[in-house]
Amino acid sequence: MTYPIKLTDKDLLLKAIRMRRDIVEMVHAAGSGHPGGSLSSVELLITLYNEFLKHDPQNTKWEDRDRMIFCKCHITPAIYSILSRTGYFPPEDLLTFRKLGSDLQGHPSRFHPHGMEMSGGSLGQNMSIATGVALGLKTQGKQNRVYGLTSEGDLQEGQSWEAIMSAAHFRLDNLTVMVDYNKLQIDGHVEDVMGVHPLDEKFKSFNWHVLIIDGHAITQVKEALAKAQTLKERPTAIIAHTIKGKGISFMENDAGWHGKAPNDEDLKKALAELDEQEAKLSSLNPTP
Amino acid sequence: MEREMMLTRQGWADALKELGRQDPRVVVLDADLAKSTLTCQFKDEFPDRFFDMGIAEQNMINVAGGMSLTGLIPFVSTYGVFVSGRAWEQIRTSICYGQLNVKFGGAHGGISVGPDGATHQALEEITIMRVLPNMKVIVPADYYETYKAVMAMKEMEGPVYIRFGREKVPTVTTKDTPFEIGKAYSVREGTDVSIIACGVMVAEALDAAEFLQSKGVSAEVINMHTIKPLDQETILKSAQKTGCVVTAEEHQKAGGMGSAVMEVLAQNYPVPVEMVGIDDTFGESGNPSELMEKYGITSKEIIEQALKVIIRKQNKN
Repeated sequence: MTYPIKLTDKDLLLKAIRMRRDIVEMVHAAGSGHPGGSLSSVELLITLYNEFLKHDPQNTKWEDRDRMIFCKCHITPAIYSILSRTGYFPPEDLLTFRKLGSDLQGHPSRFHPHGMEMSGGSLGQNMSIATGVALGLKTQGKQNRVYGLTSEGDLQEGQSWEAIMSAAHFRLDNLTVMVDYNKLQIDGHVEDVMGVHPLDEKFKSFNWHVLIIDGHAITQVKEALAKAQTLKERPTAIIAHTIKGKGISFMENDAGWHGKAPNDEDLKKALAELDEQEAKLSSLNPTP
Repeated sequence: MEREMMLTRQGWADALKELGRQDPRVVVLDADLAKSTLTCQFKDEFPDRFFDMGIAEQNMINVAGGMSLTGLIPFVSTYGVFVSGRAWEQIRTSICYGQLNVKFGGAHGGISVGPDGATHQALEEITIMRVLPNMKVIVPADYYETYKAVMAMKEMEGPVYIRFGREKVPTVTTKDTPFEIGKAYSVREGTDVSIIACGVMVAEALDAAEFLQSKGVSAEVINMHTIKPLDQETILKSAQKTGCVVTAEEHQKAGGMGSAVMEVLAQNYPVPVEMVGIDDTFGESGNPSELMEKYGITSKEIIEQALKVIIRKQNKN
């Protein structure tokens, strides 16, 4: 099956709940990992991988595929979930996450699982990789689009801004970068640790198009991704305001859940919340 | 001995131009040093396949990595200090862990960079590049060897680092000397001591061997142009023949070519070894020959160490 496909908002939201379930289950099973920033990126990834990214999980070398480069690579629970749920590998493998011999490394390798375009984990580096992929494709006259997912933590790295400067210099309008802006990092609030505000002004002054959205509002994510495809001459940053730990009440807006695994009790509570969300959503009529 | 003096970086530039003609996938990136690394010559011929990335080396290297993911073959160039040092973790995590097909040209290697001083004299690249899995490291001796090494780099999938210098260096190979990445060879046969050298030190080693011959000492000179993968067989064969070794490089002794040779010898065939190289210090400004003299990167130093190591061998026997 090739993507993109069209789904109802309700379908996307149901997929988002399943993805959140994968995330907490994976991190719980591994006993380590990064739930907070995985949960904040869910709607961005669900929308991109289903409705915008041109890709074929059965043909990972497809010449015409779009390229997705993760800049925030610690969110492997989210990355592996979306890859698995769009068909790159069986969901049963998700629980091998971080185990010896598993394809699902703590931070991803570009060789496994299927669907990874690039390794990552050292912040700041993959904004440059995304820029290089976009520049390489453009140089060869190819039409593929390049997407990136970054975070404000990734944007504290100086190299990210070298990349942002060069992507604008080369007029890479085939590049769209989503910023999962959840305002928390390991040591606390971003603005207390090392402020990045105002991100929109920073991108604008580096000659990027900037779109600002609520990163959990599927409709806004869709609109922004659609708009980005039409913007010319410059790359586009979609600054998505998000909530770290989104969807699990006791994880929301708590930096402590950046890199901590839920215990058995936490998991039970989290899954119960997600069940409740699912039941509520299922009782609604499908949206057009 | 009179030898033609030529620039190794011209070998880099000439090979890049030839590769550009042969293969449209070859692209070149530089960080505002194109006139110095001579990649400007590639730019003149292939302006659409040359990318000046400005003074932002870390970004340059990962952009090259990204380009390689689209099927291009990027050659990246700037001074060795910046490419190998400033961007080391980019090379480690993105390029080497990811096995990306990016080729690195580290210009201005060694203390012979001269008046620019310590900040610009790369003396550590062999150490910090050879420790990286999937990386290959080449230190060619002269113009012709640089040219052939660059041509060979393109054929080798994955990251390769080549070091070249600023100054003209004596020509010790010819257009027709065979070159294979990872295959060292004796430039001169001998039986009393093996001098294993790379880069400009191959010429110094040949001068040293010539002098030693006049004193009745038969020195073998090995051109160890590839530090990784290291040609163990050639090292062991020579050590078994001569029973002692001098290593010579324009680089820190710690972790460099000499260290690599000693790792092989210590594990397989321990013989006395002496090293010629930079001894845990930074350089300074000066003209290249003054600096080579002051820091002991000369044939004279090779001769002294050869005589010393032969005595150690004799005492051992």
